[in-house]
Amino acid sequence: MRLFGAGVRALLVLTLVCGVLYPLLITGIAQGLFHNKANGSEIKDGGKVVGSSLIGQTYNLPLKNGEETPAPDLKWFQPRPSNGLGTNSVNTQYSLILSGATNRSGDNADLIKWVTEAKAAVVKDNSTADFKVKPSDVPADAVTSSGSGLDPQISPEYAELQVHRVAALNKLDAQQVEKLVADNTDGRILGFIGEPRVNVLKLNIALKALIAH
Amino acid sequence: MSPVLAGVLQMLALIAALALAYRPLGDFMAGVYSSDKHLRVEKWIYKAIGANPSTEMRWPAYLRGVLAFSAASVLFLYVMQRIQGSLPGSLGFSAIDPDQAFNTAASFVSNTNWQSYYGEQAMGHVVQTGGLAVQNFVSAAVGLAVAVALVRGFARSRTGELGNFWADLVRGTVRILIPIAVIGAIVLVACGAIQNFSGIHGVGQFMGGSQQWNGGAVASQEAIKELGTNGGGYFNANSAHPFENPNGISNLFEIFLILVIPFALTRTFGKMVGSVKQGYAILATMVTIWIGFTALMMWTEFHHGGPAFNIAGGAMEGKETRFGVGGSSIFAVATTLTSTGAVNSFHSSFTGFGGGITMLGMQLGEIAPGGVGSGLYGMLIMAIIAVFIAGLMVGRTPEYLGKKIGTREIKFAACYILITPALALCFTAAAMALPTPMTSMTNSGAHGFSEILYAYTSGANNNGSAFAGLNADTQWFNTTIGLAMLLGRFLPMVFVLALAGSLAEQKPVPATAGTLGTHKPLFTGLLVGTIIIVTGLTYFPALALGPLAEGLGS
Repeated sequence: MRLFGAGVRALLVLTLVCGVLYPLLITGIAQGLFHNKANGSEIKDGGKVVGSSLIGQTYNLPLKNGEETPAPDLKWFQPRPSNGLGTNSVNTQYSLILSGATNRSGDNADLIKWVTEAKAAVVKDNSTADFKVKPSDVPADAVTSSGSGLDPQISPEYAELQVHRVAALNKLDAQQVEKLVADNTDGRILGFIGEPRVNVLKLNIALKALIAH
Repeated sequence: MSPVLAGVLQMLALIAALALAYRPLGDFMAGVYSSDKHLRVEKWIYKAIGANPSTEMRWPAYLRGVLAFSAASVLFLYVMQRIQGSLPGSLGFSAIDPDQAFNTAASFVSNTNWQSYYGEQAMGHVVQTGGLAVQNFVSAAVGLAVAVALVRGFARSRTGELGNFWADLVRGTVRILIPIAVIGAIVLVACGAIQNFSGIHGVGQFMGGSQQWNGGAVASQEAIKELGTNGGGYFNANSAHPFENPNGISNLFEIFLILVIPFALTRTFGKMVGSVKQGYAILATMVTIWIGFTALMMWTEFHHGGPAFNIAGGAMEGKETRFGVGGSSIFAVATTLTSTGAVNSFHSSFTGFGGGITMLGMQLGEIAPGGVGSGLYGMLIMAIIAVFIAGLMVGRTPEYLGKKIGTREIKFAACYILITPALALCFTAAAMALPTPMTSMTNSGAHGFSEILYAYTSGANNNGSAFAGLNADTQWFNTTIGLAMLLGRFLPMVFVLALAGSLAEQKPVPATAGTLGTHKPLFTGLLVGTIIIVTGLTYFPALALGPLAEGLGS
């Protein structure tokens, strides 16, 4: 019992050090040196916050009667699927986004169906009068859900695939949209770390500016 | 550059960074645990505890310290979750149910960080930062303490004394974990991880409306989550969540944090037993397994076998664009060969073989390089088994580091290696035999079995990652996995400390021409072989029913 008391006292004093002083120190430094990043890397467009450069969003049409899920607004670049994303089931005073993956295995019937349907949709949506998408052109990230369900990025190949559709629907020159994608493509950091990617929110903000222009 | 080449280069960069940190950190840690000076802040802490840090403890006293501190931790964390609804700063989140609160308390105290809850909707700032993150530090410090006690058992002779638990606990936290975590957290914020105390708030969206996010002290928790090989995510998506792991640099850095202490501890070990070469032999064993597993993982994930992945043209399900297949494979191996269990991609959606590699990594006992502290003591136990087997072959009494491995020692080592498989396999069998646990599966067939095998393997080995399709928030899973985690953590510690005490009492035997050179490549080879054979014999039937069946079928 005496020993248990020592255990409790040790825990309390270490809680003060590791659970109060340490996080406060880090928060102080973070808020001082990296204010925007520490608060979620929010991006503004036209003076209004339109999201975070790190958190994916959907670019959908308003939900129509009789639809379960809203249709994508094909005017805009589309992100990856997010079949694993959830909504909160407890503490329902909030409507939080619940990050998550589908956790389906490679031989799972749901996943096979999702991937097949997504592939067909990508081929159909992105084929225009003078640009035909082949199923083999569709990159894997376009038809699979990410781990967080909040992936803010797509591969440059998937962005490239969407150029003709986006140009046609916005009555823009495909070359202009192509350049937009190129400008918003980030290569591997230092040439080898991570993967090349395109931030969908930044790309759509740039697209919006191009349309307005 | 091809993704495969980029993956290989990232692995090489990681090896280079770990190599640079190896000597300074290893020597520093040896100094920390050998020094007889106390920092001023440490003296205050000892005063508050009411312990004299200079009192030497024999193994039973050391063990009682470990158990008393851990019992206090479980109780504290349990109560904290149960009264969450009344705690200030809890974002209005309500109390956690008893079975889940027990599971979570057992999980964080045992350095497992299995999570049957969704971080963003269940835990407020107070429990996350003041409860869970604290255990990320101290459970790792307990692991370090027990490892150091075993090393002292080898290093000391004709005494039963193993050091002072309170001193080892406090020093590990104050001198090793906190300083590295501070640097780590700042690097992560610089990459984009969040660090604030804002509550849940709406953020505008491009198409109008808003999304609701949870703020929090994420970077500070993320740093120690990886460094202490804990793995419990602030958010449900863990290190796949962009706020926990924002880009390729943070990803590589987090893998570095996971591996840096476990690898460097082999240097600490070598220093403390008076021969760094002995440490190198252990290190070489760990590195061989780690690189081998990573190579296999990259091969199977880039190869993307499995019907859905073949249609998609790549195994990107459950993986983030910014990490890709390479960065995800390196992370998955590092997290399962240590007791971390953080994930930056979801193991359930890896290929059949890929999922099998993550499971096998845990089943090796998490020793390559293993959890903070637990990796070293687990590996030293395997070294004892290897020396014993070699001794049987030539008919000599085995010895290791100048200590005889007699009946007593080998019994402790054998008990150690039997506990975790017994827990993992018995609970898996029970869950499969009963009607209700199986309703928690998301996938069916071989993969459904894998979900349950993974859960108990992860719990008993104190990993904490999951084939997360399994709905583990049921009374059955909360209770049984909770028990598996506690027994899988503290029973092995009993045998490690008993072994340490027994070794420390011996007088050293001088090395002769017949002594097996445990600092040579031959021994490394023998050790790798022993590890694979022991694990293979134990788990092969279970693996054949799950991941092997799935992998061969695709």
